[in-house]
Amino acid sequence: MASGMRVQAKVKNDVTQVKALITHPMETGNRKDKKSGKVIPANFIEEVLCEHNGKAVMTAQWSGGISKNPYMAFKFKGGAKDEMVKVSWRDNLGKSASLDVKIK
Amino acid sequence: MTMKRRTFITNALVGGAAAAGAALLPRAAFSADWPKDAFEAKSVSDALSKLLGSSDQTESADITIKAPDIAENGAVVPVQVTATMPNVESISIIAEKNPVPLIASFQFGDNGAGFVSTRIKMGKTSNVIAVVKADGKLFSAKKEVKVTIGGCGG
Repeated sequence: MASGMRVQAKVKNDVTQVKALITHPMETGNRKDKKSGKVIPANFIEEVLCEHNGKAVMTAQWSGGISKNPYMAFKFKGGAKDEMVKVSWRDNLGKSASLDVKIK
Repeated sequence: MTMKRRTFITNALVGGAAAAGAALLPRAAFSADWPKDAFEAKSVSDALSKLLGSSDQTESADITIKAPDIAENGAVVPVQVTATMPNVESISIIAEKNPVPLIASFQFGDNGAGFVSTRIKMGKTSNVIAVVKADGKLFSAKKEVKVTIGGCGG
């Protein structure tokens, strides 16, 4: 499901900013279906990993407290134009995806 | 002889299945295990000690939290954390009164630049706490966000 993900990386003054947008329901497991009254099972992203030239620059652990269709941004020192940044995620049901982008 | 042959085949099959299972399980890309007990903790100090090994933090002016004073929709509250101290190892974001207070923890390599931005859910008005680990010490800052419509229930 590569289409459910957008990643952008930009370098400025030797600092690279990575922005990622992932399409994901991020269900906490506390919410109830209004019609049936049944609890909607938890389904949220647990881990996000970002690699620059194959080296991990950021790992994140999330709970269901991150909003639906998560957005995140972070910065790391280094990085140059046209180098590769890869963002991957894994949810509590074992589903995962990743995307490679070139630093602009 | 036939018995032995049968045993051999069974063993081979079981062993093979185990090996295949083992090959599927580890996801090489994700090293750290998801800290389940930290995310299940109901209090801030409990979550912190389970996640970072300690809940002793010093308030620091080097941490800036950018979040709205009033969030109309608790389901989407933009939060930005900037830490200007050197050697930032991790940034954790906590919403004090959420059912699950620990929202996210970001760890950096040796080239982290002390900045994260994301969007979080907030059940009700509470403090948003950013805990920064730098040089092995914990620093924190907080900011109150008033929530008019909660984003954790139905």
